Amino acid sequence: MERVAVIGVGQTKYGTDKPETFHELVWEVANKALDDAGITVNEIDNVVSVSSDFWDGRTISSMAISDTSGAFGKDISTVEGDGTFGALYGMMRILSGSFGTTMVVAHHKGTESSMSGITNTAFDPLVERRLGLDAVTSAALQARRYMTVSGASEQQFARVSVKNHGNALRNPFAALPLEITVEDVMASPMVASPLKKLDCSPVTDGAAAVILAAEREAKKLTTNRKRVWLKGVGHCTDAFRLGDRDLADTRALKKAAKKAYDMAGVTTEDVDVVEVYDAFSYMEPLWLEGLGFCDDGMGPEITERGYFDFGGKLPVNPSGGRLSANPVQVAGLAGMIECVLQLRGEAGRRQVKGAEVALAHGINGMCGQSHCVWIMGK
Amino acid sequence: MGKRVGIVGVGQTHHAAHRLDASGVELIAEAVTRALDDADMSLEQVDAIVIGNMDHFENINYVDMWATDGLGSCMKPVFKVTTGGTTGTTVGAAAYYHAASGLFDVVMAVGWEKNSESDTQAAIATCANPVLERDPFAGAIGPLATEYSMYMKAYGATEEDAAIVAARDRNNALNNIYAHNRMKVTVEDVLNSPMLSYPVKFLDMCPRSDGACAVIFAVEEKAKKMCDRPAWVHASVVRHDYTHFGDLEWQWMPTLERATLQAYKYAGISNPLRELDVAELYLPCSTCGVKWMDSFWFCDRGESPKKIIRKRVTEMDGELPINPSGGVIATNPIGATALIRVGEAAWQIMGRAEGRQVPKVKKALATGFGGCSWSDVFILGADLP
Amino acid sequence: MADWKSEVEEVVFPGKICVPYSWTVGSTLSKWYVQLRDDGEIWANRCPSCGKVYVPPKIKCLDCYKDMNDWVKLPGTGTVETFTVVHYHEPGLHPKKPPFVYGVVKMDGADTGLVHLIDVDPDKVKVGMRVKAKIAKERTGHITDIKHFKPLS
Repeated sequence: MERVAVIGVGQTKYGTDKPETFHELVWEVANKALDDAGITVNEIDNVVSVSSDFWDGRTISSMAISDTSGAFGKDISTVEGDGTFGALYGMMRILSGSFGTTMVVAHHKGTESSMSGITNTAFDPLVERRLGLDAVTSAALQARRYMTVSGASEQQFARVSVKNHGNALRNPFAALPLEITVEDVMASPMVASPLKKLDCSPVTDGAAAVILAAEREAKKLTTNRKRVWLKGVGHCTDAFRLGDRDLADTRALKKAAKKAYDMAGVTTEDVDVVEVYDAFSYMEPLWLEGLGFCDDGMGPEITERGYFDFGGKLPVNPSGGRLSANPVQVAGLAGMIECVLQLRGEAGRRQVKGAEVALAHGINGMCGQSHCVWIMGK
Repeated sequence: MGKRVGIVGVGQTHHAAHRLDASGVELIAEAVTRALDDADMSLEQVDAIVIGNMDHFENINYVDMWATDGLGSCMKPVFKVTTGGTTGTTVGAAAYYHAASGLFDVVMAVGWEKNSESDTQAAIATCANPVLERDPFAGAIGPLATEYSMYMKAYGATEEDAAIVAARDRNNALNNIYAHNRMKVTVEDVLNSPMLSYPVKFLDMCPRSDGACAVIFAVEEKAKKMCDRPAWVHASVVRHDYTHFGDLEWQWMPTLERATLQAYKYAGISNPLRELDVAELYLPCSTCGVKWMDSFWFCDRGESPKKIIRKRVTEMDGELPINPSGGVIATNPIGATALIRVGEAAWQIMGRAEGRQVPKVKKALATGFGGCSWSDVFILGADLP
Repeated sequence: MADWKSEVEEVVFPGKICVPYSWTVGSTLSKWYVQLRDDGEIWANRCPSCGKVYVPPKIKCLDCYKDMNDWVKLPGTGTVETFTVVHYHEPGLHPKKPPFVYGVVKMDGADTGLVHLIDVDPDKVKVGMRVKAKIAKERTGHITDIKHFKPLS
C-alpha cells in the first residue's frame, strides 16, 4: 500500500469570541496550510470538508466553504463528525489512486449556537431527547460510571484539567490557558455531578486544515522535514443508547486502536506523544486505558503520578487538549496537527524532545460512541 | 494504486409520501436487510459502513451514531458523509473509496430520508446564506424554474419539452414496484397540472418521499466470489463550484459538463449517447431532463429539445433509456435519492431490474445533483475497468 | 484579518431555524409506547438468537442483527448504575429546575439500562440504589409516561 503524508497544516488561534464567519476561518487555515506546504491551491486535486449543519445553522453548510477551501471546480466531499474522520476519508481517497493531494479542512463556531440544544438533538427524539439530555449530562453519567468501576476520585479527574490547562500556557493556539490547582477545579461551580466547570471544555471557535499527499506527490511537493507519515488508522462504533453500553467499557476504542497499531506496526511502547480527546477531564484517563497506555481502571492513578505530564514518561495533550480549546468538528484534527508539529520538531515551548511516533484520537457521538485513532510518524 | 471495486448487492425500501409504518431507523434496517439478501450475504461480512442524509429534514444530529441499530453498525467502523441533494452519491463514492483504498474489503453505503417528518422546503431554505440569500431566494423550485426559463429563452425549449420528460419518467415508474408515485400520465396531464413557479408545474416536480437505500461495494477478489455479475465502478467523479446562487452559470451546468467529461475519460467513453446503455439521472424536475442533456454531452448546447427530447431517444425503447425506475420525479427520499440512482444502475448491469430491465446493459450512468448546482457522476460497467 | 474590527463594526444577525417535526415511531417502539400508555406497563424484547433482553425494545439485536419478536413484561424495578445531579438550567430543554437527577437504571429482567429522571434527594442518590418506575397518571405515549424512577422503600 502506498504511504500518505501530511505535507502542510494550518490552524487558527482558537478562541471563545472569534468575530470572523466560519468561511473566513476556513480561508485563513486553508491559506496557512498551503503556505506551510509551500504549494498553491492548483496542486490540490480534491477537498474533504468537515462541517455540521447543526452547529452551522445551515442546511448543506459545506456549501458555504466550497470557495474559501479552494474547492472550486474540484472533487469535494463532506464528512460530518470529528476532523479525524475527515482526515481518514482524505487518506482513503488518495489510497484509492484517484487523487494525489487532498485538502482536509474543518471549522466550528460553537459560540454562534447553543451547545445544550445542539447536542440534545443527538439523542433519539423517540426516547431520550425529551428528557433534556445533552453532551454534558450524558458525560456526567459516564464519568460517574467510570468512577464506580475504576475507583477514581473527582480530584484525580481535576488533576487532568490542571495538567492540560497548564500545558496550554505553552501553546499560542489554545483558547484557555490557565494556571490552576486541583483545589481550583474542585471549587469551580458544579455543572452536572461529578463534573465541575473546570472539568468541561469551553465552547470554542476555530478552524484547522491539513494537506495530505500520496508518497509520490509528497516527495515532489515538499521537503523531507515537512513530511509526516500517516502510519496507521482505525475507527469503530459502539451502541447508541447510553443504557445499551457499559459507559466505562472502551471496547470500541480498543478495537479501533488495535487496528491502528497493527497497521502502523507499532505498540504503545513506541508512542512518544499523544493527543487524546479530552472534552471532559475524565475522558483522558478513560481513553488512555482504551488506547492501551495503562490497564483498565488505572488511568486516573497513573495520571496523578505525573506519568502523562508534559515532563512525564508519555506526554499527553501537550497542546492543552480539548479542555483548553474544543472546536467540536475541528477538535480531533487540531490534535493531529499538534502531532505533526511535534514530529517535525516545530512545537516551540511545548516540544516533546525526540518525538518519533505520535498518536491522535477523535470521537463522534455522545460519551465517545465512535472513535478514530491515528498513528503518525517521521 | 487502488483496488478495483464492484457493486454486489442493492436494497431499497418501498418508498412513499408517508411511511408511517416505519421509523427512520426501521427504514434503514429494511434497506440494509434487502441489500444483504440481494448480495446473499450476512452482516458479519460487511467490514465498514457509510451513511448519509440531510440533518434538518429529521433533526437528528450524528445520524451515523443514532442509526446504529438499523445499520447493524455496533462494533463496526462507520462515519457520516453529507452534501445535500448529492448525499446519496456522496455516500456511494465514500463506500467506493473505502474499498478502493484497500483499507476495507466489503463496504455498505446507506442513504435515507424521512421527508414526511418535516417541512422540506423550509429546511432547504436554510441552505442559503443567512446574511445574503436566505430571505430573497431560497428553496428548490425557484432556482430550477429560473434556470429553465433562461434556457427556454436562449434555445427555444418549451414547457411541452419538459412535459415529455415528466411523462416519460412517471410512466416508467409504473414498472418499478419500489417507486413512490406510480401513475400513468400524458404530456397534456403534465401541461394542465397546477403551476408551481413558472414554467415549472406540479407534475414536472419531484415529490418528497420516505425511503432508504443500501448498496454494497466489494473489492475485486471478494466481488468475484460474491456475485456472478458485479457492477464494476468505472468512474466516480464530483464537481462543485460556487457558493452563492448569484454566481452560478444558469444556461448550462458547468459542474455537470466537467464531471461527466472526466468520468467519460476514466471510462473510455467518447460518444456517451451511443456507448452508454442506460442512465439513471438525478433530475429533480423534468426541466432538468431537457436542459441538462447538453451538459451530459448527449448533444451540443441548446440542441436537446430538437435532437433528444422531441425524437424520444431516451424512452425505454430509445437509443439511451433514461430513468427506467421513474427517476427522481417519481421517488425522492432526498438523502437516498442519488444512491438509488447508483443502485438502479447497478441492478441494470446485474440484470436484476425486473420489470424495468433494459436489455444487455454493459455500461450505465448514474448521477447526483444538489447544493449550488453540484454534480456527482458514477459510471458502472459489466466488464472490469 | 486581525485588524478589521478597528475599521468597521462587527455586525451579527440573530436567527433561528424553525422547522416543525413529526417523528414516525415505527413498529417496535409504537408497540412499546401503546403498552406503556394504555396499560402502564414497561415491556422489553428479547433476541431469539442470543437471548439478550433490551429496554427500550430493539428493532434488531445489536449483536446478532436478528428481528426481535419475543416480548417480555418487566417488573419496573431496577438498580441505579450511574447518575448525575444536574446543577444548571436549560429552559425549554430540561424537564425540571435544578438540582435534579438523571440516572441509568439497569432494569430487572433486562440486560440493558434505561436513562431517565430519578426523583430522589440529590444528597441521597447512590450507585446501586434500588428504584422503581413511577408511571404517570396522565399518559400520552411518550418516554415521560414513566414519570421518573423512585427509590424503593
